[in-house]
Amino acid sequence: MDGIKNKDVEGLKFEELTEIVELVRNIHEFDFSNYSNASLKRRFERLLISNHWDIIDLKTKITNEPKFLDFLIREITVNVTEMFRDPDFYNSLILNVLPYLESYQRIKVWNAGVSSGEELYSFTILFKDSNLYKKSFFYGTDINTKVLEVAKNGIYPIKTMKLFAESYTKTNLKSSFSEYFTTEYQHSIINSELKKNCLFSVHNLISDSVFNEFQLVSCRNVLIYFDQELQLKVVNLLIDSLCLFGFLCLGSKEVIRNPEALIRLKVIDSKQNIYQKIK
Amino acid sequence: MKKPELIILAGSAGSFKIIFEIIRKLPKQFQIPVLVVIHRGKEKNNNIEEILSKTSNLIVKQVSDKDEIEKGIIYLAPPDYHLLVEKDKVFSLDISEPVMFSRPCIDITFESAADVYKKGIMAFLFSGANKDGAKGLLKIKNQGGFSYVQHPIDAEVDTMPLAAIELNACTEILHTKEIEALILSFS
Repeated sequence: MDGIKNKDVEGLKFEELTEIVELVRNIHEFDFSNYSNASLKRRFERLLISNHWDIIDLKTKITNEPKFLDFLIREITVNVTEMFRDPDFYNSLILNVLPYLESYQRIKVWNAGVSSGEELYSFTILFKDSNLYKKSFFYGTDINTKVLEVAKNGIYPIKTMKLFAESYTKTNLKSSFSEYFTTEYQHSIINSELKKNCLFSVHNLISDSVFNEFQLVSCRNVLIYFDQELQLKVVNLLIDSLCLFGFLCLGSKEVIRNPEALIRLKVIDSKQNIYQKIK
Repeated sequence: MKKPELIILAGSAGSFKIIFEIIRKLPKQFQIPVLVVIHRGKEKNNNIEEILSKTSNLIVKQVSDKDEIEKGIIYLAPPDYHLLVEKDKVFSLDISEPVMFSRPCIDITFESAADVYKKGIMAFLFSGANKDGAKGLLKIKNQGGFSYVQHPIDAEVDTMPLAAIELNACTEILHTKEIEALILSFS
């Protein structure tokens, strides 16, 4: 018990983290090396503590268990998401983005790092409310296959739906939130009508490339887990995935610092971090 | 006493007023970056940055992801994110689950700052209604940094300072006036 307690306070050393990351890369060909170190270190520390493992246990598992990578991705990557997180972001979309998107015959939306799907379903509700849903298609991608299953099912605990409903009331959407799901026992199920135009699949922002051309790309609070070098690479991939004059949404505390990336974008809403591709 | 490389002021319920007072008194030439981590609701006190900017002699900035830590700036942890310090002295944000119902969680910031700054860190834990901060403060102390706790008598809510004292996480317990004097001595 003492050992655990001590680890709990002192944590992993950065050198140990580097060793783990290298081992995962060599054995499983998955590269965490450009993830934000401090966050990544904390996630590995949590993994060790919750499983009562030491670093040797972890290394042994990485080396000997062929399916360990799936487990690792599930535990290490952050899959926290909400419906209508930052209601003002959705209000800005209504005001600044949807009127523009209306002019397209077909609208393709990509939610990169979709996790369990709450944000993508928020988009479908937003589009439905604005009468754009029928001509739109929504792609949700993630590296975590387990959360993608949750996203596909669109079933969420009633407790969290109540919290989402609070955020929803702060948006300027006209319809009632309860129109979009049915509740049974302790769970709410997203209406099949909203799932019809959604496709969830595996895509790795670090190693995979452009797979379609979109009018709207949303990747909120994903870049924060990457270092600046990787952030730039991913931002370029996101911009490359947009049609000319398509829109890019990032988390409100994420910053594009590279001038060559910035030159391709026009700021639509600096507070909500919405951009339009101009070249 | 050697000048610290980073000062962190952290607290929860009842801490804002005292932290605000300290920041208001910092002179223009103050050369140490100051990071403020206060528990706050998603919308509550959303104008903290504005209030501080108006009264402070220094630049007050809500942290964005990968901001470089520079002297002469007061950094505020944004609501609804955890805030960590990276090896190259930039901030990282994280939206993983709240810890002890808190996001930002003070322990997370303290622990990651201790990893990077080691002895160069000076942290203060103020009034608050839960036990967040104690564990992180202990790590700062163990890494050779300065870890101070506001005297429970001075704290509006003493749960937070008491938890740190119980864990033996502080190098010293200081009265509010002493904390002010200590920080201003680095001017």
